[in-house]
Amino acid sequence: METILEMRSITKEFPGVVALNQVNLSVRAGEIHAIVGENGAGKSTLMKVLSGVYPHHSYSGEIAFAGQPQKFRDIGDSERLGIIIIHQELALVPQLSIAENIFLGNEPSRHGIIDWHQVYARTRQLLQQVGLKESPSTLVGDLGVGKQQLVEIAKALSKNVRLLILDEPTASLNETDSDALLELLLELQREGITSILISHKLNEIAKVADRITVIRDGMAIETMDCADAPIPENRVIQRMVGREMSDRYPPRQPAIGDIVFEVRNWHANHPQHPERQVLKDINLQVRRGEIVGIAGLMGAGRTELAMSIFGRAYGKRIRGDVYLHGAAVDVSTISKAIGHGIAYVTEDRKGLGLVLHDDIARNISLPNLARVARGGVIDRTRETGVARDYREKLRIRCAGVTQPVVNLSGGNQQKVVLSKWLFSQPEVLILDEPTRGVDVGAKYEIYSIISQLAAEGKCVLMISSEMPELLGMCDRIYVMNEGSMVAEFAAAEASQEKIMSAIVRAGSEK
Amino acid sequence: MNDHIATLPPTPAGKKYSGFLRRNFREYAMFLSLLVIMAFFQVQTEGTLLMPLNLTNLVLQNSYIVIMALAMLLVIVAGHIDLSVGSVAGFIGALAAVLMVQHGVPVLLATVLCLLAGAVIGAAQGYFVAYHRIPSFIVTLAGMLVFKGLALTLLDGQSLGPFPEIFQKLSSGFIPEVIDSDSLHPGSLLLGCLAAGALLLLAMKQRAAHLRHGMEEEPTQFFWAKQLLISAIIVFFSYKLAAYKGLPNVLIIMSLLIALYQFITNRTTIGRRIYALGGNEKATRLSGINTRRLTFYTFVNMGVLAALAGLVFAARLNTATPKAGLGFELDVIAACFIGGASASGGVGKVMGAVIGAFIMGVMNNGMSILGIGIDYQQVIKGLVLLAAVWVDVYYKNK
Ligand SMILES: Nc1ncnc2c1ncn2[C@@H]1O[C@H](COP(=O)(O)OP(=O)(O)OP(=O)(O)O)[C@@H](O)[C@H]1O
Ligand SMILES: [Mg+2]
Repeated sequence: METILEMRSITKEFPGVVALNQVNLSVRAGEIHAIVGENGAGKSTLMKVLSGVYPHHSYSGEIAFAGQPQKFRDIGDSERLGIIIIHQELALVPQLSIAENIFLGNEPSRHGIIDWHQVYARTRQLLQQVGLKESPSTLVGDLGVGKQQLVEIAKALSKNVRLLILDEPTASLNETDSDALLELLLELQREGITSILISHKLNEIAKVADRITVIRDGMAIETMDCADAPIPENRVIQRMVGREMSDRYPPRQPAIGDIVFEVRNWHANHPQHPERQVLKDINLQVRRGEIVGIAGLMGAGRTELAMSIFGRAYGKRIRGDVYLHGAAVDVSTISKAIGHGIAYVTEDRKGLGLVLHDDIARNISLPNLARVARGGVIDRTRETGVARDYREKLRIRCAGVTQPVVNLSGGNQQKVVLSKWLFSQPEVLILDEPTRGVDVGAKYEIYSIISQLAAEGKCVLMISSEMPELLGMCDRIYVMNEGSMVAEFAAAEASQEKIMSAIVRAGSEK
Repeated sequence: MNDHIATLPPTPAGKKYSGFLRRNFREYAMFLSLLVIMAFFQVQTEGTLLMPLNLTNLVLQNSYIVIMALAMLLVIVAGHIDLSVGSVAGFIGALAAVLMVQHGVPVLLATVLCLLAGAVIGAAQGYFVAYHRIPSFIVTLAGMLVFKGLALTLLDGQSLGPFPEIFQKLSSGFIPEVIDSDSLHPGSLLLGCLAAGALLLLAMKQRAAHLRHGMEEEPTQFFWAKQLLISAIIVFFSYKLAAYKGLPNVLIIMSLLIALYQFITNRTTIGRRIYALGGNEKATRLSGINTRRLTFYTFVNMGVLAALAGLVFAARLNTATPKAGLGFELDVIAACFIGGASASGGVGKVMGAVIGAFIMGVMNNGMSILGIGIDYQQVIKGLVLLAAVWVDVYYKNK
């Protein structure tokens, strides 16, 4: 097979960090090439170099595409050759329609007047190609993340893509949506499109990839061929983290006590459409030292439930009671909820979790400034000390705790959000997709921290779309669907099939 | 998983400097531009700029802009803007005149009432911004019209003065001297030297603490060069001022306020929260911070300082005129942006805003001495604002 892309000795430095060190990458025409590596290994940076986000004089090394040496000055240059990147963070305009988004910046027009007929016709065709059954005029903001991802791909297809780069496309998708997306990748492969896929989900990579390149600490460690014979996951992990990892989940001896946290008859309505009920009569309990999972599909109302409990951060007309140690508590504002020892780790780290241009230390201390201050005056030394502690404990990869979080890799940002809430020493920790975009090694570390909290007698409520993670960590699992609790399983009796069938059953009863 | 950053070879000294310079380019550049601008006008005006009399004037003319810039910085950092400050300052000046001149209310009581009125005005605007989510641009644009109109009504379109003597001292008074002397005021000089020494000690203490905990980044040479330059400048200016009538009262007020706001923004939880609020309001709210109340208070604070500025200005003119405060908001906002504040919130420094205000002040003063018409002054100031922000954005993207 011929080589379509050749990257040679790419080196890229940021102040204080060598993000890429003499990386070589070669991609064959028509293959699906997976790139794996720990958080901060340099995967996204490599792709940004390739797509011209970092212009050619800002790194050293050479890029050849379709046999020609290339010096991209910006994204436009690479797009003209059919290299299209879909970034880790989606880049769609929520207020615009699907059609407008797809053709944004490259609208079919005559003399500057948009030809809407053509826009809609081509959008319909593209949507069919990616298998998205939506009207072209639907607003992107009204779509779920899974569908938005498909819109991104449709947008790429509209630009005559030859090399499609997907940076963690399935990080925020549930299994059904992920499968659909991977299926689409294979379909595109049959049409002759080459793709580069970055993912932390090794099972997905095993499904679609022809070759895997492992990046560690800014260096390309190895490229493995897996088109014919699958490569054992453990071997990939071993190359990624540089050591043997036998277990995915830390060992645990649950010591479960009395009921500590309880939500009774919880109702909430949609904030913009107050007549629409989003949460219906939810009841749940968490015992001392227990890890409780909430499973469900995207849009089941899990995040809404967590946020409405956390000081009514979501929803209108909220009814219901929250009990701690058997007594009703007032959680009507976020600071009251925090005061009662409840913490919520958001799934949307950039939008809701971090002040991006602030440094790591300032982000960690934000909800608990009082604990690093005396009489309203912040003790910077103490604050930095705390941040350094968490940097060590969670192995946050950074140049220093005064580095702005905006420059951290996605997984490391997640660790900062987690540190921020661990520092508030909560009694009830609500985790919303705590390992989204986090590499295998770091996942293990996060799981260890969670089970340690449980061992200390804290209550953990864990929302996750990764079912293996729920099954691997939780003592009990609730299943939510369309705003209601539809099932509850003890760890011993839960399985992926049972959870899925509970969801399907609840859906069909309607 | 070892930390590959920690094992990075130590960076060579030259590289360390340039890295530090790049990250802190803004602060040094600002400060140096102010010095360059001063040097330029000093030469152009053939030494008039730094004459004791003119220097005193410069401080007096600039004080109300600096005072308002301190509060405006917080408003901008919180992600808002206040267009009404000029009108509010004018209105409060008028109110002061009505109270003191027409009704003979005692000076102290009237001053307190005026500051309270400022707080109420700020609260009213802040209420709409914080609790009803009306964009601050609109609320304060309305406020600008309202208070301009009210100032006119209050004064009946006339000027009102003169103010009681004690009130005039607020702006035109100088700190009392123990030894009376006509040529040099030793008390003022001494106070200036003391302030310079205190600042130096404070900076050294802070640096030592930072070094102990490995938090210091500034290379030693930079630190000393900067600190000695600042001390020298303070001593030099107090010497100049001492040669005329000594340190103006308003300079003392201004310095104390600058120190206070510097402290609030750098060291206190409330300051930190305002920065977080401007950086990401949602994340800040989810961290349990009452973002609405915080927004509300930044506007109350703005109202109070706008009122204080109004009083200082009225005292300086010794009359309240319906035109007072006209266009102040432009200088104040420009000072913050020249000083590196970001229009999208979350970024900005008190010292930046102060230096920005002085850059505007020196240009106003220098150009007036040179006899440049008000028309060209505006053009030049506008271009300087644009250039400053342009350089800023350019370096940020590099
Ligand atoms: N603009 C920047 N300034 C400074 N450092 C940066 C910048 N962008 C990335 N880095 C650093 O470069 C390294 C590689 O980051 P990159 O985003 O490529 O990681 P990644 O492999 O994509 O990780 P993840 O799986 O978490 O997304 C990290 O240490 C990161 O902190
Ligand atoms: Mg990445």
